[in-house]
Amino acid sequence: MKILAAMSGGVDSAVATARAVEAGHDVTGVHLALSRMPGLFRSGSRGCCTVEDSLDARRAAGMLGIPFYVWDFSEQFTEAVVDDFIAEYAAGRTPNPCMRCNERIKFAALLDKAIDLGFDAVVTGHYANVTTAIDGTPELHRASAWAKDQSYVLGVLTTDQLRHAMFPLGDTPSKTLVREEAERRGLSVANKPDSHDICFIPEGDTRDWLADRIPMESGDIVDTDGKVLGHHDGAQAFTVGQRKGLGLGVPSADGRPRFVLAVKPATNEVVVGVKEDLDIAEIAGERFSWAGNDPIASGIAEPTSDGFTEFACEVQIRAHADPVPAVAFSRGGEVVVVPTEPLNGVATGQTAVIYVGTRVLGQFTIDRTVSATAVLH
Amino acid sequence: MAYFDYAATSPMPDNVIDAWTSAVHQRGNASATHRDGQKSRLLWEEGRDNIAAAIGALPFDVTLTGSGTEAINLAIKGLFWGRNRTTPDGSAPSELPRPRILTTEAEHHAALDAVHWLVEAEGAIVDFVRVDELGTVDLADLAAKLGDDVALFTTLWVNNEVGTIQPVADMVALADAAGVPVHLDAVAALGYTPIDFANSGLAALSVSAHKAGGPVGVGALAVSRTWAIVPLIHGGSQQRLRSGSLDAAGVYAAGVAAELATADLEAKVTRLTAIRDRLLNGILESVPGAVLRGSHTNRSPGNVHITVPGLDSVSALFLFDEAGHAVSAGSACQAGVQSPSHVLRAMGVDDADGPLRFTIGAGTTEGDVDAVLEILPAIVARATH
Repeated sequence: MKILAAMSGGVDSAVATARAVEAGHDVTGVHLALSRMPGLFRSGSRGCCTVEDSLDARRAAGMLGIPFYVWDFSEQFTEAVVDDFIAEYAAGRTPNPCMRCNERIKFAALLDKAIDLGFDAVVTGHYANVTTAIDGTPELHRASAWAKDQSYVLGVLTTDQLRHAMFPLGDTPSKTLVREEAERRGLSVANKPDSHDICFIPEGDTRDWLADRIPMESGDIVDTDGKVLGHHDGAQAFTVGQRKGLGLGVPSADGRPRFVLAVKPATNEVVVGVKEDLDIAEIAGERFSWAGNDPIASGIAEPTSDGFTEFACEVQIRAHADPVPAVAFSRGGEVVVVPTEPLNGVATGQTAVIYVGTRVLGQFTIDRTVSATAVLH
Repeated sequence: MAYFDYAATSPMPDNVIDAWTSAVHQRGNASATHRDGQKSRLLWEEGRDNIAAAIGALPFDVTLTGSGTEAINLAIKGLFWGRNRTTPDGSAPSELPRPRILTTEAEHHAALDAVHWLVEAEGAIVDFVRVDELGTVDLADLAAKLGDDVALFTTLWVNNEVGTIQPVADMVALADAAGVPVHLDAVAALGYTPIDFANSGLAALSVSAHKAGGPVGVGALAVSRTWAIVPLIHGGSQQRLRSGSLDAAGVYAAGVAAELATADLEAKVTRLTAIRDRLLNGILESVPGAVLRGSHTNRSPGNVHITVPGLDSVSALFLFDEAGHAVSAGSACQAGVQSPSHVLRAMGVDDADGPLRFTIGAGTTEGDVDAVLEILPAIVARATH
């Protein structure tokens, strides 16, 4: 197959590319220039895709003997990922930029361009597996290395996108093995540190970065009765479930830590409560997608007049959270998930990925949450 | 693989490679007093003689540098500092007597960025002389901007992106009348149009060996003795204006290349012009909406630059590359982030008009042109939205 390998300059994409070459595919490497003003050097492991990263990717491609190009997606990335990130925070929600990037850039803008230029698929260094169902429809599954599994951030991929995606690292049990393989293959990035956090916030300080971009005003931190407990410098910098950085000078009466329950941009308030107040009994969303056959076509749910019947599943609401047993169903245009135990700390805007066994069934953006305790008025 | 990127670098002919490999066997630092050094020195001198001859300069007036970019930096910064070191009565100035630098917005980055740095760090003021829609310097605008407080005027002899040849004699006459020195970046001119430095009235002229079939790592600056130039690089003073060990083998090979590039220049220009126009006409006939950029009449014989509305140049270059043709889009690229060409912008070209630049040279044949013309219309169509 004619493969376009997305090479970030990191060791995962380098080894993924190497495997695609070894499997006999006709591979071309590409580095996505996503930042309008790429820094020259990476400082530590924060952020990604400086000039240095692009040179690392070029070197890896050179060692593998494949053609290499740098393509500029900075304009699309700014619009689809960065601007969305800012807008979501401004609206008091918690965005997931990595999902937007996969959904709109890596497996959309890049994939579209690749297909235009005659490629069959895009390869990335994500840890996930794509298999095929009996009827030929693709399926997305967790990676063999549970600790490294990145199927969550890929949960937003559609059937068509999965048809053109390849994840050569999906079956590798550990990152250590990938690094060893990189060394064996003579790839200079074998010992390069992983990048963490958000690739376009180089210093990792989301709050300061947002403060530069969202007009923030001081406001009140209140408890669930509306009593003012303290002040903040901008509600939009807070996230539901957050405990640190509240700056509440006065300890709570019961001595227990406070958590952010809600961010209200309209009144510029941050509502805090105890841990149990974060318990969520139900999550739902109207914007959903299925990674392959939907629940009805997969044979695990029956159609109803306005959705589908409930089925047992697991739900994961963060990239590194544990999946939680739940039931899912659809009604009135929403996908609804009811976990068997309440979820603790769920923000609207987050993505809920639904798993059935190791298979990613699909995902939805959480629009609506129902508290397990009726605390918020 | 057919090569249409001579403006980026020009392939080294076998003679030049042989000259370099034979010269590199000669040991000895060209500045040493012993016989080995003398032999190296001789190679260097011969190289400089040939480069000087190719641009119509006296060997003594030619400084060899490590690149065309270095030569341009030396000229612009050196002239700026030289013109501002003393006031007319010879004393050190408390304020810059000649802070203004005249240039255009269509320069190569080697000049633009050097000027920009002088503005940021050395108190210079830049005044951009207008270029028209063909990239030609507006002489009336130049005349209006010249003055006593101008340190220098710097521009391209031949525009490296769109191939326009500037009205050199007219520009020099105007600057001369105003007492302002002129530096020309002749990097894209060497081997494509006659250069006669000594009779040009220019203060300084820069060239680059690897754009004319020589090795990368050798540039040259011709300087008229009338003007003071402050060196950029200090050290062992191996050359009056530039320190650093003399690159005997590189300069010798560059000399062979310069001689080859300018031998029978008139016939070469005629031949290349015919090949150029074969390619240009082929494109204009087969690609709807294609527009030639830069002057047609005052144009380098080596340059075909076109734009097509809605063309994604990056995709087109990829497809040409896959098909075995090296082509360029002519615009600068910082770490992969495409910026629209500042040259095209200065000429008033719309950002949506995607550029393609084909540059040819001594090794280009009609066969090469016909081969690329066969696949070009389909590639452009596929890469246009």
